[in-house]
Amino acid sequence: MNLDAILAQTMLGLSQGVFYAMLSLGLAIIFGLLNVINFAHGALYMLGAFVALIGYSYIGPWLGYPDFQMGFWWALIVAPIVVGCFGMLMERFMLRRLYQFDHIYGLLLTFGVALVLQGVLSNYFNISGTAYPATPDMLNGIVNLGFMYFPKYRLFAIVLSIIVCFATWFMIERTSLGAVLRAGQENPKLVEAFGINVPRMVTLTFGFGVALAALAGVLAAPIYSVSPLMGADLIITVFAVVVIGGMGSILGAIVTGLTLGLVQGLTQALYPPAANTVIFFIMVIVLLIRPAGLFGKADG
Amino acid sequence: MNKVFWVMLIVLGLAAPWLTYPVFAMKLLCFALFACAFNLLLGYVGLLSFGHAAFFGGAAYITGHVITAWGFAPLPGILTGTLFAMVLGAIFGALAIRRQGIYFAMITLALAQIIFFLALKLPFTGGENGLQGIPRGTLLGVFDLNDSITMYYFVFTVFMIGFLIIYRTIHSPFGQILTAIRENEPRARSLGYNVERFKLIAFTLSATLAGTAGATKSVIFQFASLTDVHWQMSGEVVLMTLLGGMGTLFGPIAGAAAVITLQDELASFGSWVQVAIGAIFVVCVLLFRRGFVGELARMLKAKAS
Amino acid sequence: MNRSLITAMCAAGVAAFGSTALAADGASNGSVKIGVLSDMSGVYKAIEGPGAVIAAKMAVEDFGGSVLGENIEIVSADHQNKADVASSIARRWIDRDKVDMLVGMDNSAVGLAVQGLASGKDTITMNTGAGSVELTESQCSKYGIHYVYDTYALPVGTATAMVENGGKSWFFITADYAFGHSLRDNTSRVVKEMGGEVMGSVEAPLSTTDFSSYLLQASSSGADVIGLANAGGDTVNSIKQANSFGIVQRGQKLAGMLVFLTDVKALGLDTAQGLQFTTAFYWDRNEESRKWSQRFFDQHGAMPTMVQAGVYSAVMHYLEAIKAVGSDEAAPVRKQLGEMALNDFFVQNGKIEANGLMSHDMYLAKVKTPDESKSDWDLLDIVSTIPADEAYIPISESACSLIKQ
Repeated sequence: MNLDAILAQTMLGLSQGVFYAMLSLGLAIIFGLLNVINFAHGALYMLGAFVALIGYSYIGPWLGYPDFQMGFWWALIVAPIVVGCFGMLMERFMLRRLYQFDHIYGLLLTFGVALVLQGVLSNYFNISGTAYPATPDMLNGIVNLGFMYFPKYRLFAIVLSIIVCFATWFMIERTSLGAVLRAGQENPKLVEAFGINVPRMVTLTFGFGVALAALAGVLAAPIYSVSPLMGADLIITVFAVVVIGGMGSILGAIVTGLTLGLVQGLTQALYPPAANTVIFFIMVIVLLIRPAGLFGKADG
Repeated sequence: MNKVFWVMLIVLGLAAPWLTYPVFAMKLLCFALFACAFNLLLGYVGLLSFGHAAFFGGAAYITGHVITAWGFAPLPGILTGTLFAMVLGAIFGALAIRRQGIYFAMITLALAQIIFFLALKLPFTGGENGLQGIPRGTLLGVFDLNDSITMYYFVFTVFMIGFLIIYRTIHSPFGQILTAIRENEPRARSLGYNVERFKLIAFTLSATLAGTAGATKSVIFQFASLTDVHWQMSGEVVLMTLLGGMGTLFGPIAGAAAVITLQDELASFGSWVQVAIGAIFVVCVLLFRRGFVGELARMLKAKAS
Repeated sequence: MNRSLITAMCAAGVAAFGSTALAADGASNGSVKIGVLSDMSGVYKAIEGPGAVIAAKMAVEDFGGSVLGENIEIVSADHQNKADVASSIARRWIDRDKVDMLVGMDNSAVGLAVQGLASGKDTITMNTGAGSVELTESQCSKYGIHYVYDTYALPVGTATAMVENGGKSWFFITADYAFGHSLRDNTSRVVKEMGGEVMGSVEAPLSTTDFSSYLLQASSSGADVIGLANAGGDTVNSIKQANSFGIVQRGQKLAGMLVFLTDVKALGLDTAQGLQFTTAFYWDRNEESRKWSQRFFDQHGAMPTMVQAGVYSAVMHYLEAIKAVGSDEAAPVRKQLGEMALNDFFVQNGKIEANGLMSHDMYLAKVKTPDESKSDWDLLDIVSTIPADEAYIPISESACSLIKQ
């Protein structure tokens, strides 16, 4: 393989890696504060894409304004808000009742929610996928990167995702808001004593983590088709990413996600049959050498 | 009160082929055994595995293969499948018990995913077509398993053996230690127990019996397919256990019966099976964490006191 | 729990074990029942699913609702893409509900399992949904009929037409499982027979969503044609992504091996235009098909896929066969089906061979450009007809054990 081909596969790997990074980042934020693994994360990513699709192609006719279409830029803002609100309701009325019990109940609850969401949307939408044709004109077309032709839209998705990931990291690790959040993880009672409404903070954090998934969903919609099962298999890969990274740090989630996307991209070029399993094999190796994951603290 | 359940189980078990459709009853028993095996781990050790489909389906494929390609009789075939599940269980267990709680669930899930890909790719599995046309054969050279009543009682016997093994395990000193680990792991450790080893043995036993269930299922239905190794199968067994009552002896049987009936009965209503199953999950976790049998036991206890 | 109870139970178990009784047998029954067993919730829902039930009911209605003085009933169920669920439903239908024929069974694992089971119980199956040639080859069975398409027939027209139009060199993106391999091998065979060249193939694992890496490999191979040996969401995604990387615009052609009408609809004409593929049916092919499809559309809200139209045709011919022989016994009906010449709005020059394969004319279709399309469902042009004897495996070459050489 020559240098151009390697660079090309790197770009492709990166464009998959940003999705892993965004999703595992959301999972890590939620896990950090709530100690819940959100099995519905994949379904909420899917829901984000559907909010964009429905907003563009369906909502106008439903409401009696056939000409109304929610464009892509609006979808980038609206979908995370809608899905984030859904997430907050989920946290407030369901997950909150389970904090006093074993953490696995949170996992099971979100698993059930994922099944319901996928099932309901499967009833109304084609599982093979529906096209989301709302890519703005300025992002259509191809740029010549010298070593390859690359769709403008993918370039945009990579850049935006990386910006969002690092902005999130900055907010949590470097601002006073993040400090409160991290303190809430360590010692909720103490933070409560400072007059901060911890339950509300937990709800908002869950909403934020979920909104990241929805944002990833909107970004994915023009690349892949929008399908009720688009998150179902992805979430398992992301779980493996999370195990490899260790969820000890926000930065860890981002870096692991991006790296594994690159590894997967290279595998697709060098040995395609293993492309979808390579992450699981890496997970096994990491577990043997570093049970806590690459960025993990002792045990969680 | 347990005595009532035992009598019910045996009477219903013996009469089932006349009460319902034999193949349905057999399927139910397979999943009941699967759920009971799973419950041994979740209910009594407190470990949530999200990868038990690997043992169930893996054993189904191995059994199907040795019967079809190597001409094994059904019983040795099922034993081979079970053995495979045991080995696989020991390997997965060794890898997964290094982590706890939610990590444990994710690791088992990811490991099972590797088995899924193998089941799709290996030459003998028939890929997405599945391993088809497994002959039922004759048991011990005497009983013709093509007769569905004979087959049923064979499956019932397998189930009872598996169930008794689980019962004995739970009520043995070994089982007591497992419960102690679940309740307070550091304490069990400080008492000098090698917690990892106990967990590994429990995991392997659970995997083995899940394998028996899968192996038996492949003989009943005469095929093994990707459904058996898919992660949704792992999810279903969690639901069965949860619905019936984890940590109760009979709960998983009731849970399996409920889920299997639901799948079969809702089939003619079209596409809402997934939604119904998901909704039951949610309701169960929120309102009936003890499950059918657990809630029933609690109510009876409350009445007695 | 006491120990004696265990002993008693084991004894009872062993005692009952020996006893055998009550073997239900399909006796004569008061009505003709047809079971539509399909995926009502998963990946094949739009292709077969509820639309297939509508098609089957239309057939019964058009037939007059009864045959030989007996009512015709349709029952339906969702197999949830699980072979064991499908198998237990099929058993219950055949043994308890006395269903006479099963139709549908998209998903090859379901199809093979149900066909084997039903044939063992002297029940006809007409598989309209699955593509695996195994249904009529190595795993063929006495009463199993494969009705609409298979992975042998699909590539023939597409590959022939593309090689003839200058697409000499091919590179495949193959779904890495039996279905994809079968499509790739059969296409390669045709390409080579026509004097073309296969430059390579890349195997994309199951549940791949990002095909860009494979597309890039295909693109840099310099092949004239990129053959997509996959189906459903995979095909949709690879075509969409090929489009976004400008592969088609730079001169390489895409060939879909299995494309359903619903896939074209999902892609939209902007993306799919010019794509060629083989199909067993297109609603707008002639007056007859238009008329039937419009009736179907009025009930279903979407034009029929080849599979849904095939369900109607299969049920209709099955009922005609019953009428002709005056019985709903499987053996004479199956014999009659083999002797009938099948022709209707769906099938032309159809014949059900001894191995269960329904060989019939197939069509090469081309996706219209947005300008050519005049209405929502005006999606395809039928370019040419592939005669039945070229499309399907000749019966003389069949590996089915039912055929005595």
